[in-house]
Amino acid sequence: MERLKDLLRTFLLLELLKGLALTGRYMFARKITDQYPEEKTPLSPRFRGLHALRRYPNGEERCIGCKLCEAVCPALAITIQTAERADGTRRTTRYDIDMTKCIFCGFCEESCPVDSIVETGIFEFHGEKRGDLYFTKEMLLAVGERYEEHIARARAQDAAYR
Amino acid sequence: MSELLDSLQRQALGFSQDWFGAEWGSNLYVLVRTLVLIACVVAPLMGAVAYLTLWERKRIGWMQIRLGPNRVGPLGLLQPIADGIKLFLKEIIVPSGSNKALFVLAPVAAITPALAAWAVIPFAPEVVIADINAGLLYLAAMTSLGVYGVIIAGWASNSKYAFLGAMRSAAQIIAYEIAMGFALVVVLMVSGSLNLSEIVHAQNRGAFAQAGASFLSWNWLPLLPMMLVYFIAGVAETNRSPFDVVEGESEIVAGHMVEYSGMAFALFFLAEYANMILISTLTAIMFFGGWAAPLGFAPFTWIPPFGWLLIKVFIIVSMFLWFRATFPRYRYDQIMRLGWKVFIPVTLVWLVFIAAWMQSPLNIFTPGVR
Repeated sequence: MERLKDLLRTFLLLELLKGLALTGRYMFARKITDQYPEEKTPLSPRFRGLHALRRYPNGEERCIGCKLCEAVCPALAITIQTAERADGTRRTTRYDIDMTKCIFCGFCEESCPVDSIVETGIFEFHGEKRGDLYFTKEMLLAVGERYEEHIARARAQDAAYR
Repeated sequence: MSELLDSLQRQALGFSQDWFGAEWGSNLYVLVRTLVLIACVVAPLMGAVAYLTLWERKRIGWMQIRLGPNRVGPLGLLQPIADGIKLFLKEIIVPSGSNKALFVLAPVAAITPALAAWAVIPFAPEVVIADINAGLLYLAAMTSLGVYGVIIAGWASNSKYAFLGAMRSAAQIIAYEIAMGFALVVVLMVSGSLNLSEIVHAQNRGAFAQAGASFLSWNWLPLLPMMLVYFIAGVAETNRSPFDVVEGESEIVAGHMVEYSGMAFALFFLAEYANMILISTLTAIMFFGGWAAPLGFAPFTWIPPFGWLLIKVFIIVSMFLWFRATFPRYRYDQIMRLGWKVFIPVTLVWLVFIAAWMQSPLNIFTPGVR
């Protein structure tokens, strides 16, 4: 009897019809698509996007050339060279991040003792050739200057959890 | 309208005979007339195929609570055109290890039968390119020939994935061809004709049709299991989901199409979608009364016959997309089991049942009445 019922159920395609009804209902459901770029989803302050080098409010660059970020970088994307400056402090003469290598893990940001290298919420950047994604110290500092407000706000929001 | 067409045809014939002499003129006229008719069918068909791809993406999108393409043109309506331009501009790469001649031949072999089958489709009463009495046989032949494109593509590519896809396709199409053929035999039996126009006419005779409810006279009701078998076998024949192990992108990438790019790939794509529309049209013609209106009074009679065929085909072709949005892919052995151990016995039993019914005093079918 049970087998007969099973057979009937199979031949009447009941389960298939149930499946079709489900997708049929969803066809008229409210759509959840975000219409990027007109609509954007909110970003976490911890979002790890394009890198930036920050400066202190007095204009002095934060980076002290400790090379912790270079050491921790799992993708070997960071290249740093340092030299002593006229005032006796150690500063970078070269700070390059190859964005084609970077995996955006955020280790550089975490390792930095002076909050110099940070990752911003910017993810809409592109390069038209490979070299365009090789970010030098000047480019990173420029990003930092341009988005300092945004970077500082994101740090402040996350400060309680760091 | 038909008078205008008649006079136009007479004028064209006269013009042709004036220029090329009586014999050559009429031959040339027949040739040009046939070419024009073919263009009249193939051009809208290609448009329908292009927009079927858009409708598929839209509909599956909606079912997955997405919006689907909506960027190119209003509502994404120019998307198929953008896709077409992209495919036209792409390079066709011929693998160095392939059999060049067969590699180029395969897409042509895939799309030719998909288009040729439309020659016998009646779009409305008397509106058919070739009103031949072996229409059903011709269609069975054409839909079977499609597999050669796939097999040749798989063989000529000289690639393991393509070859596996071709093998699967061959086995699948052979398995489902038989069930499909038997379903067609039952239709042939109750209509008493292989002529597709006659099959439609036969469905619109009977007690219900005379009472104005012709949709109850259509074949789908007495032949319900055959309709299901035919349509599901049709889904399998066109290698559509859930029977798309031939393409099986999770295991064999794209099967026979894996080495094709640009327009060569597009031809396979066009053939697949043209076949989908063809199977839908055939289901509409053989089981859902073709061009006939479901009820014989206003407002149903306001829509012209071709309109009714379009509506039916649209609904049935949308079922293909609905299936794709709903069902996971069948495993290969399950496909074979369904084809050989379920469909073929079911069709055989129903064939005998209908035959017995037709011999009994309760016979409702009136084959061969013209």
